[in-house]
Amino acid sequence: MLEQLAELVITAGFWAATIRIAAPLIFATLGELICERAGVLNLGIEGIMTFGAMAGWMWVFQGGDLWGGVIFAAFIGAIWGLIHAGFTVHLGLSQHVTGIGLTLFATALSAFIFRVLLPDSTTPPKIEPFQNINIPGLSDLPFFGEALFSHTPMTYLAFVIVPVVIYVLYKTPLGLAMRMAGENPVAIEAQGINVLSIRTGAVMAGSALMSVGGAYLTMSAFDAFYFGMSQGRGWIAVALVIFASWKPGRALFGALLFAGFDAMQVRAQQFSTADIPYQFFLMLPYVLSILAMIVMARWARVPKALLTPFRRGDRV
Amino acid sequence: MRLEPRENTPAWMVVSAPVIAILVSLVFSAGLILWAGAPLGGAAVALAKGAFGSVYAVTETLTRATPIMLTGLAAAVAFRARFWNIGAEGQLYCGALAATWLGTGAVVMHPALMIPFLFLIGALGGGLALLLPVVLKSKLKVDEVVTTLLLNFIILLFVGYLLDGPWKDPMSMGWPQAEPIIDEGVLPAASPRYRVHLGLIVALLSAVAVWFTMRYTVWGYEIRAVGHNPEGARFAGISINMTVLRVAMISGGLAGMAGVSEVAGTKGYLTHEFSPGFGYTGIAVAMLANLHPLGVILSALFMAGIFVGADSMGRAMNIPTYIADVMVALAMLCMLVSLMLTQYRLKLR
Repeated sequence: MLEQLAELVITAGFWAATIRIAAPLIFATLGELICERAGVLNLGIEGIMTFGAMAGWMWVFQGGDLWGGVIFAAFIGAIWGLIHAGFTVHLGLSQHVTGIGLTLFATALSAFIFRVLLPDSTTPPKIEPFQNINIPGLSDLPFFGEALFSHTPMTYLAFVIVPVVIYVLYKTPLGLAMRMAGENPVAIEAQGINVLSIRTGAVMAGSALMSVGGAYLTMSAFDAFYFGMSQGRGWIAVALVIFASWKPGRALFGALLFAGFDAMQVRAQQFSTADIPYQFFLMLPYVLSILAMIVMARWARVPKALLTPFRRGDRV
Repeated sequence: MRLEPRENTPAWMVVSAPVIAILVSLVFSAGLILWAGAPLGGAAVALAKGAFGSVYAVTETLTRATPIMLTGLAAAVAFRARFWNIGAEGQLYCGALAATWLGTGAVVMHPALMIPFLFLIGALGGGLALLLPVVLKSKLKVDEVVTTLLLNFIILLFVGYLLDGPWKDPMSMGWPQAEPIIDEGVLPAASPRYRVHLGLIVALLSAVAVWFTMRYTVWGYEIRAVGHNPEGARFAGISINMTVLRVAMISGGLAGMAGVSEVAGTKGYLTHEFSPGFGYTGIAVAMLANLHPLGVILSALFMAGIFVGADSMGRAMNIPTYIADVMVALAMLCMLVSLMLTQYRLKLR
């Protein structure tokens, strides 16, 4: 079995699968990371991803074009973020409870809307999803061509987003303000920056990314929407943010590492002899996420003001 | 606009908060029902009739309320101590697993002993499911929200494995389900015609027991203290780790008992789909009750009424039954805001 795994890791197909599995996690993990860096834990992530998966897919199914669907999903995600921020940032309600409530609400609402619009579909209807695009020149490379340069546009987008997020967070005044809103909101309030607006903006942007991560599932990885589609990917993303110690570069690494194990797990199911039931392979992603948190929790640098609502005029 | 803390909250406000929350959530839901193309009046009547319109309907609502009362209590106890146990779903399955393990023939006793025994080991099973998150939280500072959530998926897959393999009932014609609970362990129903069973009494007594514990015992005081002000509690000599462990065992135990009540009462045997999210609904139930153990009883009855009523409304009016989950989540979110308004007043200026 170990030999087979070693052989697997040197195939281009394995790396291509790793990148495909990582892409939605990259969107979701970065989205969560942006919210948390600004001081807001967004547990609505699972529901927002499910809703994004439905919204993007529905846009295309109703005749819209694919990129329109992505933008629509991002827009709807931002609205979910606005609701979350309204509750947690402006009203200062518990971020845990609000997030879980939004997940319950968004998950149920996406199922409801899907059923109202498509009342009597038994087999899930399909759309024409994003197709693989071969990058001219590079995709002909042996090994690397198949592994890295023959993916859907949304997959490339996931990898383009990472440096953008790093740039904005660390190289712009806006990013500095966002990080400070999560570390020491009183200090930036003293600089005349509106903490509430910064946090609201961060939660909206982060939620938009989560929603696009969900849309990836129905518009790039697969071609249909079904209930329970997200399968806990949102929660895994929350774990990955901790694993990444709230750093976007490490979040990319974590998502890839995680996806690599997941891709291995799928293939190991095929050549494992009957003695290991498939359910144990399916458990691996969740077990790995817990392990990743155990390993990293000790060294993780939590944003200091995470979970603390900010009220103007409060003393700290 | 500004929020200003109230010096004290009048009692009428605390009582009316859930009522207002429910009304507001009904207005939103009405919008969705109209959008789905159903006449509002007819839908409301169908919902109310389906939930409370006949003896049978009431017993169905009570049956549905039983597990979510217990998971609601599980969430209420944990959240009071600010221990974010989102894993009631998994703990419920662990309770059901424990009851199935020892209740399908391994242990045979008189019903008067067998039934309490099943609830006891179910509670142990549910509590055990929370042991890992608690240890990780107190020893390694790993966030319990994510561990309890992820464990839900792991436990569900494990149940799937057992029902597919070693625990599969050979008489089940290939369905992935476990052997039925033996007759001595089955919770007696109110009458042969109705499904409501002894589990409801257990849930009601649990609510009273939890209320008493939280209000009148040292444990309850410590739990509330840790929830209010962990630093202060530590200075007062309360062991936070010990209190959190205790809370987790109570919370997981209650969720486990919900699993026993379902497996030995409502269903009779374990399947891997036997909870349509009772654990998650419990969170909404607890929030609507403002984490008050006795409030959980009313809140669970209301939520169960919505689920049962929405089933018959869905059939009669052709509205997707997912409307029930939407309404429950909406009620919870509205409650959050309405509770906040009991503690703060909005000042416009």
